[in-house]
Amino acid sequence: MAADPILSLRNVEVHFPVRTGVLKRVTAHVRAVDGVDLDVYRGEVLGLVGESGCGKTTLGKAILQLVRATQGTVTYSGEDGETELTTQDDAGLFAFRKRLQIVFQDPHSSLNPAFTIFGSLEDPLRHYGVKTRAERRKIVGDLLEAVNMRREAMDRYPHEFSGGQRQRIGIARALSIDPELIVCDEAVSALDVSIQAQVLQLLMDLKREKNLTYVFITHDLSVTEYLCDRIAVMYLGKVVELCDAEELYSNTLHPYTQALLSAIPVADLDRKSQRIVLQGDVPSPINPPSGCPFHPRCRFAQDICRTDVPRLRAYKAGSGVHMAACHLIDQPLAD
Amino acid sequence: MEHDVALTVKGLKTYFYNNNRCNRAIDGVSFEIRQGKTLCIVGESGCGKSVTAASIMQLLPTLSRIEEGEITYHGPDGPVRIDALDRGGAQMRSIRGKEIAMIFQDPMTALNPVYSIGFQIKEMLMYHTGLGRRERHDKAIDLLASMGIPLPERRVNEYPHLYSGGMRQRAMIAIAMSCNPRILIADEPTTALDVTIQAQIFELMDTLKRENGTAIMLITHDMGVVAELADDVAVMYMGNIVEAGPVGTVMRNPVHPYTRALLDSIPVLGRGKDQEIKAIPGQTPDPYDRPKGCQFADRCRHRIDKCDQMPPETQVSDDHRVMCWRYEEFASDGR
Amino acid sequence: MVDAPITRPRTRRDGQFDRLRDRETSMQGKAKRRGRFLGKFLSNRLALVGFVIFTIICLMSLFAPLIAQHNPMSPNLRAIAQPPSVEHWFGTDKTGRDIFARVLYGGRVSILVGLGSALLSALIGVIIGVYSGYVGGWLDWIAMRVSEIFMSFPQIILVLLLVAILGQSLLNLIVIFTLTGWGGIYRMARARMLSIREEEYVQALRSFGLGPARIAYKHMLPNALGPIMVNITLSTAAFILQEAGLSFLGLGVPLSIPTWGNILNAAQDLRVLEQNWWIWLPVGATISLFVLSVNFIGDGLRDATDPSQQG
Repeated sequence: MAADPILSLRNVEVHFPVRTGVLKRVTAHVRAVDGVDLDVYRGEVLGLVGESGCGKTTLGKAILQLVRATQGTVTYSGEDGETELTTQDDAGLFAFRKRLQIVFQDPHSSLNPAFTIFGSLEDPLRHYGVKTRAERRKIVGDLLEAVNMRREAMDRYPHEFSGGQRQRIGIARALSIDPELIVCDEAVSALDVSIQAQVLQLLMDLKREKNLTYVFITHDLSVTEYLCDRIAVMYLGKVVELCDAEELYSNTLHPYTQALLSAIPVADLDRKSQRIVLQGDVPSPINPPSGCPFHPRCRFAQDICRTDVPRLRAYKAGSGVHMAACHLIDQPLAD
Repeated sequence: MEHDVALTVKGLKTYFYNNNRCNRAIDGVSFEIRQGKTLCIVGESGCGKSVTAASIMQLLPTLSRIEEGEITYHGPDGPVRIDALDRGGAQMRSIRGKEIAMIFQDPMTALNPVYSIGFQIKEMLMYHTGLGRRERHDKAIDLLASMGIPLPERRVNEYPHLYSGGMRQRAMIAIAMSCNPRILIADEPTTALDVTIQAQIFELMDTLKRENGTAIMLITHDMGVVAELADDVAVMYMGNIVEAGPVGTVMRNPVHPYTRALLDSIPVLGRGKDQEIKAIPGQTPDPYDRPKGCQFADRCRHRIDKCDQMPPETQVSDDHRVMCWRYEEFASDGR
Repeated sequence: MVDAPITRPRTRRDGQFDRLRDRETSMQGKAKRRGRFLGKFLSNRLALVGFVIFTIICLMSLFAPLIAQHNPMSPNLRAIAQPPSVEHWFGTDKTGRDIFARVLYGGRVSILVGLGSALLSALIGVIIGVYSGYVGGWLDWIAMRVSEIFMSFPQIILVLLLVAILGQSLLNLIVIFTLTGWGGIYRMARARMLSIREEEYVQALRSFGLGPARIAYKHMLPNALGPIMVNITLSTAAFILQEAGLSFLGLGVPLSIPTWGNILNAAQDLRVLEQNWWIWLPVGATISLFVLSVNFIGDGLRDATDPSQQG
């Protein structure tokens, strides 16, 4: 499974200009994604975690070219060789849209309220060459059955469905053109707990059946632990830690990840651990701190953290490499 | 009784009358909130947990009413029957804010953007206390400082848009705590916040409980939050408290199938990739088309014919009660 | 503990609530299935009344030749300025023309001008607004500036100017109203698009690689139709009033063609105003009634399309 990347991101930056004043002059940039190197391997589930504003959603959209990277490259590798997506225009992207899909967070805004389910799902199919209506109806019906819903649901309107059902329809839509990779953007976060599990299991079943690759964007580290093979932790537009899921939980290197893990409320009375409470808030991505972006909130921050930006470096780990961006990891962390 | 009871709710029924239909949002709910303790009400969306809070505060929408039941506030001047007070009357208004305060889910919209934070705190003090102008200002600064807001002297004159999400929630709590209420009702106070900020808010609420002896009623959907913060827990499903008791009892030895299913359906941090997650089949019933008997019967694996009748509230032990016909079997299966 | 039952004073609502509750418990919930949109519209009494009046006036104007006994254009010198009678229901004007017939025929032109201009300006506004709102960029910038120019110019002066250039005719009036009226609807359509653009289903369609025109017109436009329909009804009313106003000033449709405004024109004479009330009162009332009914329909449509309003 390893070493067969489906997507390679190199130094991807997404900066949004901030315009102020009467003349709408660009006065600053929101550094939503700020230099990310990442490989997504075929058949894996890559978790992308972080707090709101860390750039995980923007990165997901940059993968799909819904947001264009201002710098860096996103390369897709398939049977027909490697293609750099970032340089393609809309026509050139057309062939790749079929292979990369997305499932959204909000089940209430992810379906068009003015159309029936069939009406929403048939257009992409028509776009990709399914000519007859009968054929499209059959495909949509099959898709709905694949996500454990009834065929008849296709003639009903979104408001007739519950959140969980809508999310499953959203998954069906993403599956409709047989993608290879699906970006799940907080796909279960807005759902009730009892429904979350249904959707998670559905995602895993579909992955096995269709040999899919997922990029799973979430803020919930307990979900990633259950679901993901590898996890990338993001902070202020940068990846600060990247390694196998088990390794991340058993041998957490970056102080931010440590704090993040300890802050999660655990539904298990016997596992109550000491909370590391971070002071302050996530700094603004318009004007990130110098040096390590995490240093103003870091317990261990030293002089070097304030001046030098730490690079993502590899460390030895049980089954592969463990990447982390921290100056202090080689040195023992004082506690 | 070792702790003073701050609020008793007995057989509360609140119905909603929208669109010419009657929705039995809460259908017979009893619990008590103890001084210096946290009661967590946990349940999925639509289970009636927020309606319970609104009933206590008499903040229900116009097209709804408390059908029957008692809400008794045990104030310093003897018990007050809240449900018998006029919704907008002077007595209710003096209880609201001064004796029972509430904080809401979304700190972004709960503060008025055109007034400074300080003004909004001082307004509360002006209504409910006899403090002078100068004293009110000092008290507002004190409050902000005790909520852990840096530079309170400056921050007090700032407007909500300059505050981050976590700080706004602190400001909300500062407003709520300004008159030293005996009861604090928190309706999903951290759902809109990041985990590291959530940890800060929890730390704060724990301190309030310890130092001021405030009784806290925390509404949440997250079993993790329950495990972290609760002393007592009440599990709600479709308008009923299906199981209630001390957090240790309910989480370690749950006897209601819904509580068990809920605990089994969430991934728990630290249990690794191989943990088994059991999804609850189906979905919550339509509130306008409820099952006749036990509301959970349709999704329950242990359903029997008797479940077509509503099970009574039964004491399992002194402080542990449940609404299930078959609880005895579950109580003895040693889970 | 307080044991005595404490009851709140019962209010007017309580009885209504009791009935609802009893019905619910007795039949264990049977939902009445009717289209939410239609149901809400029909349950709005004012909107329904407006719709009925609107239909009656439209139909009567449409079938004017069948209803009217007299030719609206032919003067009858033997019956000048007669008060209402069995022969002339609304009386006759100063040249002896039957006012009832003139109101019916005038309705044809006035409604055509009002509705026609409203629909045309909506068409233009929506076509430009939907696309430029979704795509943005320079196209949006240009459309916005053009609409600003049209809207910042005092409308009545623009109308006077165009009438002076193009001359008086029915078609010119419609063109003028459309030119001055598309800006409002364009801005509204654009604003709706800007908010719908952020919805996730639009993102999903983009991720499928669908073209912008298809996404904008097929998928997004239906969600913006509610307010657009309301706006059409409101501008219909406004255009009818404007036509009446312009014709009253002698700038609208040529005087020979009966329109509501032209009929009113006769009331410029103070003597008519004082002595021949039947010349201006019926047509004035008809205009008010029609505009009012259209506004009621607009209100009803707005409530029916707004999901946040509970019925």
